[in-house]
Amino acid sequence: MDNYAELTGNIATIGYGLATLGPGIGLGILIGKALEGMARQPEVANTLRTNMFIGVAFVEVLALLGLIAGFLFI
Amino acid sequence: MAETDSGSGFHAPSISEFFPPAIFFDGTPFEFNRIQLVRVIVTVLLILWLWLSTRHAKLVPGRAQSIVELALDFVRVQIVESVLGKTAGRRYLPLLTTLFFIVLAMNFAGVIPFLNIGGTSVIGLPVVLAIIVYVTYIVAGFRKHGPGYLKISLFPSGVPPIMYLLITPIEILQVFVLRPLTLALRLLANMMAGHLMLVLCFAATHFLFFEGGGLIPLTGVMTLVGGFGITLFEIFVGFLQAFIFTLLAAVYIQMSEDDAH
Repeated sequence: MDNYAELTGNIATIGYGLATLGPGIGLGILIGKALEGMARQPEVANTLRTNMFIGVAFVEVLALLGLIAGFLFI
Repeated sequence: MAETDSGSGFHAPSISEFFPPAIFFDGTPFEFNRIQLVRVIVTVLLILWLWLSTRHAKLVPGRAQSIVELALDFVRVQIVESVLGKTAGRRYLPLLTTLFFIVLAMNFAGVIPFLNIGGTSVIGLPVVLAIIVYVTYIVAGFRKHGPGYLKISLFPSGVPPIMYLLITPIEILQVFVLRPLTLALRLLANMMAGHLMLVLCFAATHFLFFEGGGLIPLTGVMTLVGGFGITLFEIFVGFLQAFIFTLLAAVYIQMSEDDAH
């Protein structure tokens, strides 16, 4: 009988999928909290938005490192 | 460019998308490929746009001039002055504005028909821009604090001395390696991923329309619509990355000049 659970190809191809998990959670929390702050205090929305983007940039680069690594080490 | 040879099955896009064959000076150190040609075209267009629309600048701006003024004002108010403040911002305004416009124009090349690839989706340009930012914020730090810059940035105050064992190596890595590296990689990877998604959608559309039998071409409509959706998304990402690149450059300069880290 054939083994239907057999994996062919390179396991690195699922690496990027895994690499998106953490940053996905991180971005959700980060942007959600920023929105919460903006809803509570609309007068500081601009500052919050700028700081949110700085944080987003730091979290997002983790997911992108996963993408780069997927191409480099495949 | 999608490499779909007719009748030979579906080719998923790969990293070779970003290393097209040379078009001029093949085999010499001055090899010149499509992406470099795109960069030259985009640079010329950017200079022409900025020059033509501000050549006869008037106090009451016309349509072309007010678009440029809107963009310049966005960089000045939203990025430079909100991070660096008015006085320090004035010194770095030319550099940061230039960075913003270069990154924006090169990113948009990825969605302009016939150019079809972002000038920033190959490592060369992001690295050059990141090095410029790197040199700028290190020089800014040393100019403001002298040799004390190292102490301020590597030994942040208000920490128990024993913690420096842990913090200083992290800060060295952070200031001298990770900041420029992530600056370049973030831009590169965003534009690379966007281009791959676009190629995947349109290559799949081509394949499904022309090589799928029966009802399969109907599914091609979905990938086609998805491709246009991703094009719009790419315009947004191109703008966002230009914004983030400039914002982080401003933040790094501000951190260097800050008295207490």
